[in-house]
Amino acid sequence: MSQELFDAMRQSVIEGDPDLAATLARKAIEQEIDPLVALNEGFVPGINYVGEQFGLGEMFLPELVVAGEAMKAAVAVLEPEFARRGTARQILGKVVIGTIEGDIHEIGKTLVATMLSASGFQVYDLGVDVPVMKFVEKAREVNADIIAISALLTTTMVRQKDVVGALHDSNVTAKVMVGGAPVTRSWAQEIGAHGYSEDAVGAVAVARHLMGLA
Amino acid sequence: MAGVIRAVENPKLSLNCLSPDEIRQIHQATLEVIETVGVRFPSKRAQEIWAAHGAQVDFTTGIVKAPAHLIEAALRQAPPVYTLAARNPQQDLPLDGKHVWVGTDGCGVEIIDLYSGERRRSRLQDVEEIARVADALEAVAFHWVALSAQDKPAHTRGLHELAAVWRNSTKHVQTESIYNAREARAAVEMATVVAGSREALRRRPVLSLMQCTAPPLAHDGGSLDAALIGAEAGLPVGFMTMSACLTTGPATLAGNLVVGNAEVISATALIQLAFPGAPVFYAAAQTASDPRSGAYTGGGPEDFLFGAAGGLLADFYNIPISMGAFATGAKQPDWQAGLENTFSTLMASIVVCDMLLGVGFLHGSRIWSYEQMLMDCEIYEIVRRVLAGIEVNRETLALDVIRAVGPGGNFLTHKHTRAHMRELFVPQYLDRRPYNVWEEKRDGPRDWARARARKLVETHCPNPLDPAVARELERIIASEEAEKATHEA
Repeated sequence: MSQELFDAMRQSVIEGDPDLAATLARKAIEQEIDPLVALNEGFVPGINYVGEQFGLGEMFLPELVVAGEAMKAAVAVLEPEFARRGTARQILGKVVIGTIEGDIHEIGKTLVATMLSASGFQVYDLGVDVPVMKFVEKAREVNADIIAISALLTTTMVRQKDVVGALHDSNVTAKVMVGGAPVTRSWAQEIGAHGYSEDAVGAVAVARHLMGLA
Repeated sequence: MAGVIRAVENPKLSLNCLSPDEIRQIHQATLEVIETVGVRFPSKRAQEIWAAHGAQVDFTTGIVKAPAHLIEAALRQAPPVYTLAARNPQQDLPLDGKHVWVGTDGCGVEIIDLYSGERRRSRLQDVEEIARVADALEAVAFHWVALSAQDKPAHTRGLHELAAVWRNSTKHVQTESIYNAREARAAVEMATVVAGSREALRRRPVLSLMQCTAPPLAHDGGSLDAALIGAEAGLPVGFMTMSACLTTGPATLAGNLVVGNAEVISATALIQLAFPGAPVFYAAAQTASDPRSGAYTGGGPEDFLFGAAGGLLADFYNIPISMGAFATGAKQPDWQAGLENTFSTLMASIVVCDMLLGVGFLHGSRIWSYEQMLMDCEIYEIVRRVLAGIEVNRETLALDVIRAVGPGGNFLTHKHTRAHMRELFVPQYLDRRPYNVWEEKRDGPRDWARARARKLVETHCPNPLDPAVARELERIIASEEAEKATHEA
């Protein structure tokens, strides 16, 4: 009987239906199914399937994003249940993400946040126009593993370097990854960032790598 | 010949990719979006202008909802025709709906070094050298700031770039890298020095400003403030949308046109409300994001159609347009670059987009390549000749010549041949040599383009700025830098 529910969960992620995914997650809780089992047997196979199909070029970016949204909706419902039971889902790492001060460009940053969260990272999205010290404070507050900083302008990109410096000065040891149209690998290296990716899918691989995962 | 600029002029070919009724549908949908969904204007000054003219302004979110009649009445104030002035008046560019002028592209962050062939970060010297080469090329009519002067401080970088272009070229400068009020004021001051006076600048704007919108349906506050300052001084200003199907715009082409159009005409209307009759232009570089990665493509059929559609929309609003073309996503000057840049240039030129941006970039306007720059100029020359069409008259029908040569003869020695042979296209960067010559040398267009670029960098001497003017430009930049230092102290 649970299998039927799990299949529906898998399908809700593949079809990218956040409302349905949340409803199915609530159903699992009502039926007193272990939320970890619901997650791992129901929703995760869905996101894995979408990831595979995307890798093959069969599914497109919008499908990947809505699958991520569905996944996020399901986790949001299951999260309190983990807490109640004293268990926890496996989190690959905690990521603080935002677009740097002076820069209002959002879409690339949001895409990376969605992809990271769908891949099992706990993501704290600070939005756009984020001051340097806010990255540092949030990282300290949540004990972040990774700080991801986006910039779309050459004139704001320079502040990515300030974040690296401020983290160092504040003894925050989180790894830094940077991205955005003008950002290059050589820039990332120069400012002492630990990771760089040109797109959202690549960013997940970089974040996993920074966490020491394959 | 130095100083000559070649333009597409009154093309003989034409294109109807949107009917007048379809244009009206896009326009109506756009007005509905502006009135009911709104566009974000995160600038206090812009919000106050909108409010003073009766638009509904949410001062918390910055979202402005303006009624259709307000937008339409404002747009009617915009001059349909005006001239971009150059340091050398013979290089002035009339934006009259009859010419297509090509600029250098901008603003990238890396360059394939002309000598080492290595990719490296851009610096001020690159801005100087590209301007110098562009000054020498007949295909290039005006400049964008091609590369970011990343060896200069961020807050005065745009000013250093402007001065560098003026030092190295007599052609018109359109900057896309001045996007805050402080820098815009300094840029106006610099342009005033180059033009001679405030009044002279108004009469002969040697500088124009291009601002990017922030799709979907939003603007950047600094860009709005900079545009208002430019327009107040009489500089032509334009807003460019780069809304892309799938990510910052709907997946459908018409929907993406509506989103981009709403951004462009709302900002253009704002300028007209503030300064009725100020010279403005439409600007667009729309594309489709790659479905598999979301990446900017800078090519493909959607991109090419947008190139034509933007021109038709600007015609509908009766204002000039600056259109993104030559925006290949290719990583090297290769077949993809040739294909994409040819199509985008052809489509935008047939509908007579007044300004085309621009030659020289790879990887979606990020990496400068001199080889690509020169080959782009050749693409433009081919397009220019195609659009000129076929001239049919007594002389060109050549009946007398055909009669004289008759069956089995040849036309090589006839006077008529010599009179007209120089009208035929002679390529600089197409390989028409015998196979064995190629086989021996194994070189090609990229090598020839690189050699020509090196020669121009090393030998072209642009008509210099008056030393007093050059010193004054430096003084303005230095005073901006000093002011910043004072603020920080």
